[in-house]
Formats: sequence, structure tokens, C-alpha cells
Amino acid sequence: MRQASKARLGLAMILALAAMLAATAAPRPASAAEDAWPDIRAAVFGNRDIADADGVIALETPYRANDAAVVPVSVTALVPQTAERYISKLTLVIDENPAPVVGTFGFFPQNGLASLSTRVRVNAYTNVRAVAEMNDGSLYMATNYVKAAGGCSAPAGKDHEAAMARLGQMRFRQIGDWRAGEPAEAQFMVSHPNYSGMQTDQVTQLWIPADYVRTIALSMDGEPVLTFDGDISMSENPSVRFYVKPKPGATLSAHVTDTEERSFDGAWPVKLEPGS
Amino acid sequence: MDADGTDRHDLSELRPQPAGRTRRHVLAGLAAASFGVICSPSCTGALAAAALPFAEIADGIFVRYGVQEEMSAQNGAAIANIGFIVGERSVAVIDTGTTTQQGAALKAEIARVTDRPVSHVIATHVHLDHCFGHGAFAEEIAAGRIANVGHHKLPQALAERGGFYLERIRALSPDFADTRFIPPTTLVQETATIDLGNRRLTLRAWPTAHTDNDLTIEDARTGTLWAADLLFSGRIPVIDGSINGWLSVLEDLGERNAARVVPGHGPVDTTDTAFARERAYLAALREGVRAAIDAGLGIDETVRRLADLGRGDWLLFDAVQGRNVVAAYTELEWE
Repeated sequence: MRQASKARLGLAMILALAAMLAATAAPRPASAAEDAWPDIRAAVFGNRDIADADGVIALETPYRANDAAVVPVSVTALVPQTAERYISKLTLVIDENPAPVVGTFGFFPQNGLASLSTRVRVNAYTNVRAVAEMNDGSLYMATNYVKAAGGCSAPAGKDHEAAMARLGQMRFRQIGDWRAGEPAEAQFMVSHPNYSGMQTDQVTQLWIPADYVRTIALSMDGEPVLTFDGDISMSENPSVRFYVKPKPGATLSAHVTDTEERSFDGAWPVKLEPGS
Repeated sequence: MDADGTDRHDLSELRPQPAGRTRRHVLAGLAAASFGVICSPSCTGALAAAALPFAEIADGIFVRYGVQEEMSAQNGAAIANIGFIVGERSVAVIDTGTTTQQGAALKAEIARVTDRPVSHVIATHVHLDHCFGHGAFAEEIAAGRIANVGHHKLPQALAERGGFYLERIRALSPDFADTRFIPPTTLVQETATIDLGNRRLTLRAWPTAHTDNDLTIEDARTGTLWAADLLFSGRIPVIDGSINGWLSVLEDLGERNAARVVPGHGPVDTTDTAFARERAYLAALREGVRAAIDAGLGIDETVRRLADLGRGDWLLFDAVQGRNVVAAYTELEWE
């Protein structure tokens, strides 16, 4: 486990270094956004067909980001989650980031709706992609262009000390009215600086080591409702908004792991509208 | 000019007096006028920065007002207020600007005003428009003749951000290639005093507010508070620390009843109006963001909802407002 984690960390660092070296060696062509995708596609999805996402998901991103380190990304599911047919995975890709794959979210019929909002780092003007995988293995992709730069190498948080003091704190919020059996919106947040490994210490000329959330597993009464397996492009203090069909008296549990082998657990009773 | 202020200027005559125009217009005009008069379109950034004048805003306290614009090669990236305070024995520099050229212009002005040596160079916080002209004093700092002073968290902040800022500065103009930063070695934990010779300065290191390394300087002789970027006047405040922390620091600063306050940007304030304006903006922003979070709005929806909050009151509003909302949101959602 530890070795796997370190190997993974090493890969992220190599990618980061390679990207930075490439950036210093020669400015990338304006068409870079078009060029990066075939390689990413081959590495992540092989030669599987990827259809246009029309009618399956819609992707919303700001055209120009206010803060490249906190760029909101929303994916709206246009098909319901049923036991027979549902979105099982959603992969976010930022073509021009040093580690282009933000991560993959796992969904279940229990979600009712596989819509999701989160926040990512964007390092250069880039295409942002959301690729939905149905339970039958078919893939659907939506793409947006985002103008933002420096989100990965930008200085880390505003208050390093406060960030570390709060490390691992979690929040679970119910948004709007929750009724039994109906898709209801929730937000899960975990406090973590999510250091990208791309910031350098100017005094020592060393990289500030990457230290970020790798996995999030949310479950309701033992049944999974959301999973995340991610990399350095997730913003600090990872936040996910998602849907779930709650059961009366249920408890939502969270299990989070990071690259430093820390793990964090939390549990919250779900509150439903009276009589629902 | 005598350092003890025998050639004292009356500041109230130098300050803009808005009459029938909004403060914003006055500020914009002031910035444009002061820059336009001094510099022709053909002059380089380095020259532009060197040409900005210093004003003696109180006995022995000199300020070079930055222009209220985005940083550019044309304006020499001289957008922040920097300056120095002259005592009977020595001089303390407060911020050195964005580039070595600005630091050098400051040094030249000190030499013009007094033959007393600089004993301290004080950085008010990590931002690139404030403490990246230290290179002009590198030799004296290295030789131990000048104490390089900052908030105890400034070295860490410079380590994290310095390289990133240098890239931004150097991207503005090849003229700025020799700009560097020099982390402070005389660190202020809570408060510290400096005696410049019959002139006591009190330095105060604040909890996280504008940034996590804000330092203010109070001059007892004139009742002047150099608030630096804890106070923005004209230009919209930038939240790069904590909106809650900043509002709480403002309460404390407001109780100090300073005769005059030197903001990090914009004209000196003697009436607390700039403080009140900043406080009102930050308080309204906090209220708006809290309400949005309570209503279940996401970051992007909150940015849209508050896109015009404070618009009429500030210069450079559109460049900063969205970012401020994001900063406030990501802080306040953890309350």
C-alpha cells in the first residue's frame, strides 16, 4: 500500500516536472489544447468509443476562472439512475494540467441522479472534459474550454498553519429538503491542503512535496453512494456536491485517504422532512 | 530638508477634497494625472517608477503613492504606496515596491532628503507590489548594516510564493530581470519597537487578515499608522488571507484613533472614512456570502449573485470581485 502510494506520488512528480520542463523549453503552440487529448484519451480510455454527451450529461464551467486554484465544475446528469441503466463513473480531465486526470467519481443507482459539482485547479488555458461511463461500459463526453492559468503551481493556501491545523476535518451538509426515496442534494467537504507537489521552496530550491487526497468513499448504511479516486488537480479542501436517495433513519459515513497514508472517518445521521 | 520636519508640509492641502464628484472619480483622475504629467508614453517602466514623486505626508514621513492601475511595464509596476520615516539617527524604509528600480528610486529619494543612514527595511507583507524592491538594499542587508524586518510568517510566505511572483514581475518587462526578494531575518512575533533616534516606531504583526503576514507600523511622534494593505483606499480590497480575520483586525485598528493612516493603496486617510468604507464592503460581502451558503448556492452561483456588490465604490472592481467572493466562500463554508 505504502509502496503503491509512493510510486503513484513519483509518477505525479515526474509528470509535473516534465510539464514544467516542457513549458520552459519552448512555449506550447496555441493548438496545444487539441494536441494533448489523443495521448490522454489513449492512456485513460484506450481505443474505446466515446460518444458525444448530448442527452446524457451537461458540463458547466466558467469561461474565465476567478481563481485558477478553485475552478467550479458542475456536471448535470440528464438521465435518471435506475437499477437497469445508470451512470457508473464520471471522469474529469483537464487536458493542459500536469496531471490531466482530476479523478474518477463512482455512482450507483442509489444516487437517483448522477449530477455532481466540485472544484479543480487549472494550470493553463485548456479544455475541461467530463466523461460519463454507463453501467454497460459505453462512454459519453462533454467538453468545455476554460481560461485560467497557474492553478497547480500557484502558491498554496492563504493560511498554511490554519490549513494544517484543520487537516482531516469533514463536513456533510444536506441541501434543501430531504424526503425518503427522492434524490436529495448533499455536499461533502474534507479539509486538506492538497499540495500539488508543483510549488517550490525558493530557499531550499526543493519541491514542496505533494500531499493530497487520494480517495473518498461515502456510504449510506453500508451501501456505497459516492466514490472518488483522484490526483493533484483537485482544489484544496476537496468539496463534492452530489445526490442520494435517502432512507429513513440512515447514517452517511465517509472514509478519506491521502498520499501520506492518513485516513479520516466521519458519520452523520441523515435528517428527513417530517412525514417523508 | 531637515529630517525633524522644520520644512513641514501641511497634508490637508495635498489631499484630494471630493466636492460634487465621487471619491472614485477623484481617485481615478488623481492617479491618471500624477502619472501622465510625469511620464510620456515613450518612457520605460523603470523610468516611470523612478519618476513617481514622494510626498512628505507628516513630519519626516515620506510616501510614494502607487498608481491605481493593474501592474504593467508602462507604469513600472509601481502600484503600491511605499516610503520611509526619518528619525534623528537613522531612517526606516517601509516597503520597497515591485522591482529593484523602485527600491533604487526610494533609496535615491532618501539620499536627497537626508544624509542619515537607513537602519531598517520593513516589509508590510508578502505581496509582489510591496516587498520586491529590497534588492536595492541587498548589499547593506548582507553586510548587516540594515535590519531586514518582517512578520514572523513572511519567510514562509515568501518561500511559497516568491518564485511565482518573480515570474510575474519578470514577465512584465525585461527591465525587471534583476528583481529579487530577500526574506526578512528580523522577525516580529507580536509587537516590536524600533528607535530611529527620538522617534519610536511600533511594529505589530497581525493574525491572518489581508494575508497571513500583515505588519503595521505606528509612529508615536505624529500619530501616524502605516496600515499598508490592511487598508485599501480607492482600489478594491483583495482578500488573500481571511475575511473574518480582516474584519476583526479592522475593529482593533479603528480603536487606535490614529491621526492619519497610510493605506497600501490610495491617499492618506485622516477621517477614518477609508476604514469605514472598507469595513462596510467586507461586512456586506461576508453577509452576502453567508446568506448564499445558507441558501445552498454553490461558488459559481454565489459569484453571480454578488457580481455587483460594492461595484460603485471601488476602482478595478471587475478584476477582483469574483476572486474575493471565491475567497470568502471557501473560508465561510467552514464556519
